[in-house]
Amino acid sequence: MKHTLAVLVENRPGVLTHISGLISRRAFNIESIAAGYTEEADTTRITVVVEADEIELEQVVNQLSKLVDVIKITDLTGMDAIHRELALIKVKASVETRSDIVDIVDIFRAKIVDVNRETMVIELTGEETKIDALCEVLHDYGIIEIVRTGKIALSRGPIPAKEL
Amino acid sequence: MRMTGAQAVVESLKKESVEIIFGYPGGAVLTLYDALYESEYPHILTRHEQGAIHAADGYARATGKPGVVMATSGPGATNLVTGIATAYMDSIPLVIITGQVAVSLIGRDSFQEADIRGITTPITKHNYLVKKVDELPKVLKEAFHIATTGRPGPVVVDIAKDVFAAEIDFYYPEKVELRGYHPLYEGDEGVLERLAVEMEKARKPLLFVGGGVNLSDTAPEVRALVELTGFPLITSLMGLGAVSDDHPLNFGLVGMHGTYAANMATTECDLLIGIGVRFDDRVTGLLEQFAPKAKVVHFDIDAAEINKNVRTDIRVLGHLKWSLSKLVDISRDKFDCEAMQEQMRPWLGQLNEWRSENPLSYEARAGQVMPQAVIEIVDELTQGDAVIVTDVGQNQMWAAQFYHFKNPRSWLTSGGLGTMGYGLPAGLGAQVGCPNKKVVVITGDGGLMMNCQELDTVAKFNLPVKIMVLNNQVLGMVAQWQRMFYGGRYAHTNMEGRTDLVKLAEAMGVPGMRVTQPDEVRRTLQEALAMPGPVLVDFRIPSDEDVMPMVPGGARLDQMVMGGK
Repeated sequence: MKHTLAVLVENRPGVLTHISGLISRRAFNIESIAAGYTEEADTTRITVVVEADEIELEQVVNQLSKLVDVIKITDLTGMDAIHRELALIKVKASVETRSDIVDIVDIFRAKIVDVNRETMVIELTGEETKIDALCEVLHDYGIIEIVRTGKIALSRGPIPAKEL
Repeated sequence: MRMTGAQAVVESLKKESVEIIFGYPGGAVLTLYDALYESEYPHILTRHEQGAIHAADGYARATGKPGVVMATSGPGATNLVTGIATAYMDSIPLVIITGQVAVSLIGRDSFQEADIRGITTPITKHNYLVKKVDELPKVLKEAFHIATTGRPGPVVVDIAKDVFAAEIDFYYPEKVELRGYHPLYEGDEGVLERLAVEMEKARKPLLFVGGGVNLSDTAPEVRALVELTGFPLITSLMGLGAVSDDHPLNFGLVGMHGTYAANMATTECDLLIGIGVRFDDRVTGLLEQFAPKAKVVHFDIDAAEINKNVRTDIRVLGHLKWSLSKLVDISRDKFDCEAMQEQMRPWLGQLNEWRSENPLSYEARAGQVMPQAVIEIVDELTQGDAVIVTDVGQNQMWAAQFYHFKNPRSWLTSGGLGTMGYGLPAGLGAQVGCPNKKVVVITGDGGLMMNCQELDTVAKFNLPVKIMVLNNQVLGMVAQWQRMFYGGRYAHTNMEGRTDLVKLAEAMGVPGMRVTQPDEVRRTLQEALAMPGPVLVDFRIPSDEDVMPMVPGGARLDQMVMGGK
């Protein structure tokens, strides 16, 4: 089963290496990892999506928790939480296909962020499945490249992950 | 106080009451070594950085204090890697200070540059790269704190060369504040109450004592628990010495080369209480069939050890000082100890039967020096009171099997990583830490040669280490596997023994002796052990003697091959 972990770490050089090194060394199945600054200047938040059963998950959490720079790990999987990913998709768009693609973009509530004579770049934020679905539809027009951020997640309600 | 970064390192070491540094200088640490010179800080110069780190490791294991190592950047630092991994696997507290190239040169493949922080990330508890002198005291304070608390381990502090020369107003912090590091001391007492119920119910309980007991200095608590409950015990390789091998309830080493009684007891027990163990594959044999009839209890300070290998029914997290003391209290207050010990009788009867059916034994060969006999006589002459330091392989297993350990921290061996070349330098470090103890290194000809340059260090500091080389002229343990599992095809395990080890020792200033006849063993050992300084004894043993019993790789513990008499 997939688990989404919010990992709060010290904002220091080398922390991501420590985390990714541990993950590969212990052979954990990580689907995505996304890191960025938070409301506190000295804290980085890493969202890790891991494919694991209960026992494996316990190992992932316990091994990551052992890293000195890891402050807190919260499993957001069973919680009421918002899960999002951002994708940028560069797709072939000729004069003939452009209006069809615009329709699709509207249906998905995506955004066109760049257009030129041959291509368009589409930006979509949503859950993983939604992005997958858009990619599938655009496939017919010819996708040139895709970049995805990996999932980020935030619990609903007033309590932050560090206090959960 | 205004001082240089190098002086700040020295001041920090003083604040940490560091008695001695094991190290090797070089370009990036010139300024640091100049500060050592100025302060006349005690320092052991080894002949190789690997010798320095194994020595610091031996010092730490023997004394319980953190070992401190210094080396230069690049090759100096990379030469430490095996020793860092050795310490990491066995949870040994070390603080390793390496020089790095100057800040402006980092990342440019500069002369003697190596990313030691990157290299050591998977084999350290934590590591640092210091690029600003102001961070230095805080980092060192944290390094010692992290290395020695919780589950101990090595910490690397890599310091850029120009940081040593930069000036700082020195202030050593009193406290450490790390948001992500709060080693557990007290756990959940309720778990111990639940365990107590299981202990009362158990008919075939077994205590499984590991290296955590030696590391946490909780041998007295374990001994008290054994006395109160009358529970029998077995030990992992790292747990030797926690309870005397002569104790009637101690059924010895479990695992690949464990005793018949210990392995059978593990297979048959109904409650297995692991204390500071890792359930390593050399212990468990076939994991799925390990302790198949038992509820498994696991005491550990490291939550990540729980369920890592063996599924645990009851987990007792916390420092063993806390958990074992509590369990001793509960045992004393709640158990009807007499009734419990009475109840234990059939189980102990069974265990003793196993022990007498198949004790550890070997077959003496006429006219040959038997390695097991050498260990037995060392044991007899030192009365189990020596600090035994081994290399890795057959010498290590024979020492584990045939020496009767009496004291915690008297058995120093590379258990987890299995590092050849560990014995001699670790023995050197142990002797530095324990000048009044008899330190005996049990090594092989292969392992000795891997760090034989440290004979020179032993001689230089006149450390009275007794080096016993079980010289079979082959890489014994590998050859044993080739004999057993590869049809006797001895691929590159014959060392040929062309080097005269006695002359080698003497060339470096260590007296050497040679024993080729069984009747010379005792007399030579008596003489060697009585000598005031170091000595190396070259015991010529048969090249085809096996370590027995043995659980073949991937087999169940009760499928052991016996051998011996």
